[in-house]
Amino acid sequence: MHMADALVSPAVGGTLWAVSAGAVAHASARLQQEADTRKAPLMGVMGAFLFAAQMINFTIPATGSSGHLGGGLLLAVLLGPQAALLVITSVLMVQALFFADGGLLALGCNIFNMGVIPAYLVYPLVYRPLAGSYPTTGRRNIAIMVAALIALQLGPFSVVLETVASGITALPFSTFLRLMQPIHLAIGLVEGAVTAAVVSFVLQARPDMRLDAIGKTNGSLRGLALAFLVAALLIGGGFSLLASKNPDGLEWAMQKITGSEELAGQPSATHRLLAQIQERSAFLPDYNFKKTESAAAQQLPPSSFGTSLAGMIGGLLTLILLTVTGMVLKRRRVAGQGS
Amino acid sequence: MALLSLEGVISDIRQLEELAGIKSPLHQLDPRAKLLVTLLFIVLVISWERYAVAALLPFFLYPLVMTLSAELPLSVVLKRVALVLPFVLLLGGANLFFDRTPVLVGNWVCQAGWFSLLSLVLRAVLTIAAAVILIATTGFHDVCHALQHFGMPQALVTQLQLMYRYLFVLAEEAAMTARARRLRSFGNKGMEWRPFAALLAHLLLRSWERAERIHSAMLARGGGWQIRQGKGWHFGRREVLFVSAWGGGLVLLRLVSVPHLAGELLTRLLPVSGRLL
Repeated sequence: MHMADALVSPAVGGTLWAVSAGAVAHASARLQQEADTRKAPLMGVMGAFLFAAQMINFTIPATGSSGHLGGGLLLAVLLGPQAALLVITSVLMVQALFFADGGLLALGCNIFNMGVIPAYLVYPLVYRPLAGSYPTTGRRNIAIMVAALIALQLGPFSVVLETVASGITALPFSTFLRLMQPIHLAIGLVEGAVTAAVVSFVLQARPDMRLDAIGKTNGSLRGLALAFLVAALLIGGGFSLLASKNPDGLEWAMQKITGSEELAGQPSATHRLLAQIQERSAFLPDYNFKKTESAAAQQLPPSSFGTSLAGMIGGLLTLILLTVTGMVLKRRRVAGQGS
Repeated sequence: MALLSLEGVISDIRQLEELAGIKSPLHQLDPRAKLLVTLLFIVLVISWERYAVAALLPFFLYPLVMTLSAELPLSVVLKRVALVLPFVLLLGGANLFFDRTPVLVGNWVCQAGWFSLLSLVLRAVLTIAAAVILIATTGFHDVCHALQHFGMPQALVTQLQLMYRYLFVLAEEAAMTARARRLRSFGNKGMEWRPFAALLAHLLLRSWERAERIHSAMLARGGGWQIRQGKGWHFGRREVLFVSAWGGGLVLLRLVSVPHLAGELLTRLLPVSGRLL
């Protein structure tokens, strides 16, 4: 579930960039302090492993559809939360850069949803207390199942919050939530089962294979995690309130600079023009133009449709110009190659 | 991503790295300049209000000029758009149902949802194109280098470079393993989650052991991981020109919606057009 650039607003993208960057900086500083030379190659190879593992599909029981592993929790259990966060971040960056899967601005959202939530929130707050320091296989499996379920409810929940706060889609919050959460309950169940099976298998073969130092449940991380949780809730709540009322940051800034919401055109002239056209052509004689206009004005930014006709004509013009530019550039390129 | 096969992914990455090796003027710019313009472009595009359609069109100038002057095949961009579009369409398609405000375009009444859907698709194409152009003209290591200059932590730089180094090795190994499983299974039998977990665990063990061998090799050579340094990039006059020209132009396009301005002008200059419509 990668957020795309097209789905986030600059305010939401920027905020989550800041949050994720903070978490990544914390993880990096912590790892640098540890100075365990084993970790660098291990994390690198694990990043490559996760990237590859996410592309192998398996059949989800009872549905026949196929799924793949998320892996955030698996890495946190095996490598510890800091290393896991950096590994997940690196995988997300490669996916964003090479496949535009999740964009560059949405990277902050994706790191938060798929890295910070499992490694920095769910791992210290759910998994560690449940599993304890020396878990038996059964206890560990239960802890993994519960943690996976919670991580895969929080992740999509945050996707919904980010999308709704960005205000790009008209999907109502509750509908979107009802679409996302039940599906991810099933996905969480599968993720938990696979993670538990992999961890059990691996630790049976190599009991020494845990870099997450046992017994070192650093209290500071738990404190940080709690701080994160509170901040996330505050930001989420604040955003959903703000998003409905105010224009986003950049538009707000534009408003300050220019004194109007958008610079493009004056609606009144076009409205008059539209009214004239309407009168003359009488295509929809009973259609109350004034009423529509006011209804639209109530719900939408005033500039969005006042100039739709001008926008359409201008848009066509732009398309023609772009095509010509492309053709000229291409011809120059061909000529350049020929000479 | 899940739609792609591992083999396909690897060949795609290789293709982008090959493209990044072309010697066009654009390729020779300092990666920091390209990163700055790319980020600015994305922020400006997505800062438009949700119904902006015509206003987004002039922004196609950037990917158009960049792909053509960097000699990139269009398919590289289109393939990635196709990858991301289903999710975008799913969310944008909802606008058709939930945003039924009537809008008058000329003589036609149309739902506002169509505008937001169209806007969403345009945004997706523009932002994806910008990201792909960045990597295809710069290459992974140089993008990392630029990010490092902008304050990305050292541990993450090392992580990215090490991961990228072993990506190909491990992806090929994983692809072989996955192919073997596919060949041994019949329909869905053998593709269930239990054999999958076992397969993954084996892959993980092998990766882990590989990491231990790398670590031993590192120690044998007396030190840590040698970070690959970028070429001696220099943020010179060309870079300043590139950033200020594109930056200024794009900000202008964001401040003034050129299509609206042109359309307005045209409809006012030619009142006849009203009668024609």
